[in-house]
Amino acid sequence: MTPRVINAEYIKTKIIEAIGVLSFRSDPKLLNCMRAARQSETSEIARDILDAILDNAAIAANEQIPGCQDTGTLVFFVDIGSSVLIEGHGLTAIIHEAVAEASRKFYLRRSIVRDPLLDRTNTGDNTPAVIHLSLVDGDGLVIHIAQKGGGAENMSRLFMLNPSSGREEIISNVIRTVTEAGAKACPPLILGIGLGANFETAPLLAKRALFQDLEARNPVAYYAELEDEIKSRINSSGIGPMGMGGNCTVLAVHLLQAACHMASLPLAVNLQCHAFRHLGIRI
Amino acid sequence: MNTVKLELPINKEQIRNLKVGDKVLLSGVLITARDQAHRRMVEMLERGEELPIVPRETCIFYCGPSPTPPAKVCGAIGPTTSSRMDGATLILLEHGLLAMIGKGERGSELVERIRAKGAVYFTCLGGVAALLSKYVVSCETYAWEDLGAEAMYKLVVKDFPVYVSIV
Repeated sequence: MTPRVINAEYIKTKIIEAIGVLSFRSDPKLLNCMRAARQSETSEIARDILDAILDNAAIAANEQIPGCQDTGTLVFFVDIGSSVLIEGHGLTAIIHEAVAEASRKFYLRRSIVRDPLLDRTNTGDNTPAVIHLSLVDGDGLVIHIAQKGGGAENMSRLFMLNPSSGREEIISNVIRTVTEAGAKACPPLILGIGLGANFETAPLLAKRALFQDLEARNPVAYYAELEDEIKSRINSSGIGPMGMGGNCTVLAVHLLQAACHMASLPLAVNLQCHAFRHLGIRI
Repeated sequence: MNTVKLELPINKEQIRNLKVGDKVLLSGVLITARDQAHRRMVEMLERGEELPIVPRETCIFYCGPSPTPPAKVCGAIGPTTSSRMDGATLILLEHGLLAMIGKGERGSELVERIRAKGAVYFTCLGGVAALLSKYVVSCETYAWEDLGAEAMYKLVVKDFPVYVSIV
């Protein structure tokens, strides 16, 4: 197979461009969800908050100010075709350089510290980014990028359930996660759920689920219904926007499932705050 | 929803008139401090040193702003999760702290202490940091510049919207 050669600088430029979009422009589908929630909210304070979220999106876009001061950990899921050859520089080096450059260019907050315990000094340029590489067939290069805030990430959970746990136990653990998170996770939320796989892969599925189109539903009818049930039961909990009460706590639920060991039933719940900043680019 | 305007610093008498759920428009000085700044303040108090703030006269804002772009007053301004600062706040309350702004619930021990001390905890909206930046009149580094986003910043605000959460 003839390799497809892609220039490293070109990839870097595309990543920086995408980070600029993520930093200032809200996903139009997210804004549609917010407007729909605004229509159906009955609480005055919830409507006040949803209006503030919509105003915030307009100011961020018009004035190039990040919509949230926590411009997050830069997370990358890269699907690289086995016949792609990158010319000039290694892929991970390109990503780290792009993150550092975009952080300076767009005045992103520097939120990454050097070491979890020994040295919590700031690295000063938001590197290292978190990078997940997957080798796939073909000559494509798809890069999914997220700015993931710390508040919702801190309240995300992994449960290693018993295989005898049924649908109800899965739902109640997801509800518990969202309830315990309360205002800390900045609802209305988008939920990424990973079900099955193993200890390290369930959270990866949950995170990957957050990159789906906001309107996407699980292709398996059973799981699509499960997504719907989780959404409607959480929304009837009354937590509401920013935990101040209301019927809009979750905007979307995305579940990805995978085969698992006969002894296991891992469940990972990755919370995404309303500052939803996920984007995929195809190079 | 009751809306009140207040000038900072606020005193115990003004706090006594507040009710949970009130919307308050704050004007005056806010000093930002998050995890690292709180850690340093606690260490200084343990050593008997004087803090860079006077707790009684300071409204602490749990916030790490994004950098100020050229020709702008400030970057994005918004709250971080307050409960991470609960331990340090118990100590700061003993030194007179009366007002703080952040996001999310506080631990039950702290809730009691806030009430017993006649202090107030305000929350403001998370994830609307471009909007909140519009209420900022000026932003400058106040202390501990080496901490980057976790340094203390002095924000002068006008009608900055918060909600009374614990009083």
